[in-house]
Amino acid sequence: MSAPAKVPAAIVGPGNIGTDLLAKLARSARIEVTAMVGVVESEGLERARAMGVAASSEGVDWLLRLDPLPRIVFEATSAKAHAANAPRYAEAGIRAIDLTPAHLGPMVCPAVNMPDHLDAPNVNMITCGGQATIPIVAAVSQVATVDYAEIVASAASRSAGPGTRANIDEFTETTAKAVEEVGGAAKGKAIIILNPVEPPMIMRDTVFCSLPPDADTDAVAASVHAMVARVQQYVPGYAMRAEPQFDPPTDKWGGRGRVAVFLEVKGNGDFLPEYAGNLDIMTAAAAQVGELVAAEMTEAAA
Amino acid sequence: MSERAGARPGIRHDVRITDTTLRDGSHAQAHQFTEEQVRDTVRALDRAGVEVIEVTHGDGLGGSSFNYGFSHTDELKLIAAAREEATQARIAVLLVPGIGTVDDLRRAHDAGAEIVRVATHCTEADVSPQHFGVARDLGMETVGFLMMAHRTSPEDLAKQARIMVDAGCQCPYVTDSAGALLMHDARARFEALLAEVGDEAWVGYHGHQNLSLGVANSVIAAEVGVKEIDGSLCALGAGSGNSPTEVIAAVFDRMGIETGLDVTALLDAAEDVVRPYLHRWPKMDRNAITQGWAGVYSSFLLHAEHAGERYKVPVPDILRRCGELGLVGGQEDMIIDIALELAREREQG
Repeated sequence: MSAPAKVPAAIVGPGNIGTDLLAKLARSARIEVTAMVGVVESEGLERARAMGVAASSEGVDWLLRLDPLPRIVFEATSAKAHAANAPRYAEAGIRAIDLTPAHLGPMVCPAVNMPDHLDAPNVNMITCGGQATIPIVAAVSQVATVDYAEIVASAASRSAGPGTRANIDEFTETTAKAVEEVGGAAKGKAIIILNPVEPPMIMRDTVFCSLPPDADTDAVAASVHAMVARVQQYVPGYAMRAEPQFDPPTDKWGGRGRVAVFLEVKGNGDFLPEYAGNLDIMTAAAAQVGELVAAEMTEAAA
Repeated sequence: MSERAGARPGIRHDVRITDTTLRDGSHAQAHQFTEEQVRDTVRALDRAGVEVIEVTHGDGLGGSSFNYGFSHTDELKLIAAAREEATQARIAVLLVPGIGTVDDLRRAHDAGAEIVRVATHCTEADVSPQHFGVARDLGMETVGFLMMAHRTSPEDLAKQARIMVDAGCQCPYVTDSAGALLMHDARARFEALLAEVGDEAWVGYHGHQNLSLGVANSVIAAEVGVKEIDGSLCALGAGSGNSPTEVIAAVFDRMGIETGLDVTALLDAAEDVVRPYLHRWPKMDRNAITQGWAGVYSSFLLHAEHAGERYKVPVPDILRRCGELGLVGGQEDMIIDIALELAREREQG
């Protein structure tokens, strides 16, 4: 049996994220990146050409003239650009995997809810902190009632771009919402800290979930371990720093207990530096979503 | 220069003292302030002539959390209560972008806050313009906290102050969160900020007593032209506490620096109102001095003590490692991680 033809895909936004995503997708058995799209000539477009990928600075107009059209587009531009581009992708029947904060489609995390959205025309990759932490909230929610979950993301200052900095509330609000809607907590909270220490710190994330007094802590720990293994399949540098830490119920937490999970996200160093695990987990998760969508497309055609 | 710049508020005396007993003190009280304590404290401060009283969870709006500790009483309720008690004083709130949001700020403003102090790590001022913009649109007075000010050079600190002022900040602060600034370090930072933004904005100083220099640095601040200075009654604040408001008032009175404060009334407020409700009187003990010495965020103190007890590791070891790793304000979760690491190292011998 011959291998099925690869699904053609495009990356819009040839910056650091787009370039790192290209490097990851170059290893894919199911996706072939056929186009890299920018709006001005850039190093990113040159890097794509050097890898043998057609690249243009003529924007989405150029992309939509391609024949054949890509079937999947990865948007690595800005929320504003994606809002403008998304209707055009939809009209052309191209599936959009959105790495911007535009949130036009359902929020997805490949380890948690991607199977529910395999046919969505547009999916959103939540946030970097969300990709790292929501799997853990979901793992706890699977075996215990989580009234409240809180995530703390610490990223190297150098890995936070001007877009994130100009609207940091966007991160905390979106991630908190996804902790609830995707993670399964009744109430969510998100905190982000930027640390400028040199050499840059590797991305760290902490997940706190409230637990009922009768929670089965062994089951919670087992569920968390299983989830970490799932995420590691597409983010090799994702690891727990220590075993999940359980605190007994206390009055100060309304009679509930707590589990704390300490995570480290080391990037794969494809194009972005290793410390930028926050960016790596976005591109790795987007690539994984692409794999799942492409697999669905390939199977549907078979 | 931005359109916002140049619009600094009037200051009636030589120096304006902001009292942060009910905000920085929240750390030392593990965020357990009651409405009654807040009302009593605000009444006493207001009577003593304090013009700005900060009331918020220690980590700012939205700080009530597993990571920093949950508030006993919702901070919006405390802000509203403070506003009711104040006759001349105005209520300030702290907002740390990444923890609190502009929605939290709007709610605090609705509850009666008239001044916001937006706090970022000393090199990350560019996360604050969103919040300064909304604050100014709400008609609030604005202060910018450049936290852990010992962690960057005076020149770079001044550049960060410039970012805040251009975004609408009326008074960037040299915020010595670790109580680590020695007197010449503090002076150099005051002078750098005054040179960079002194024509358009005021400059402020927020001190901690970890190395016993909060009051001394306040004196230098007043001498070089800093106009806004923070204190707390009984030093109630993170680490070994803040520069005591009542001491600053007494020292400045002796120096002939006008603050508009009634020293006797402040001494009474500290002794009769605040001291009875202290969980602990902030002091320069081994752990707090270690924070100033190693340059560690003062709010880590109680969290490090808790982790030290739970994982049976020495608290000064935890704090020193916080300094070695260059942790910044807000990374309280890392304290547990460090305690676990130290416990592992001990087991491995």
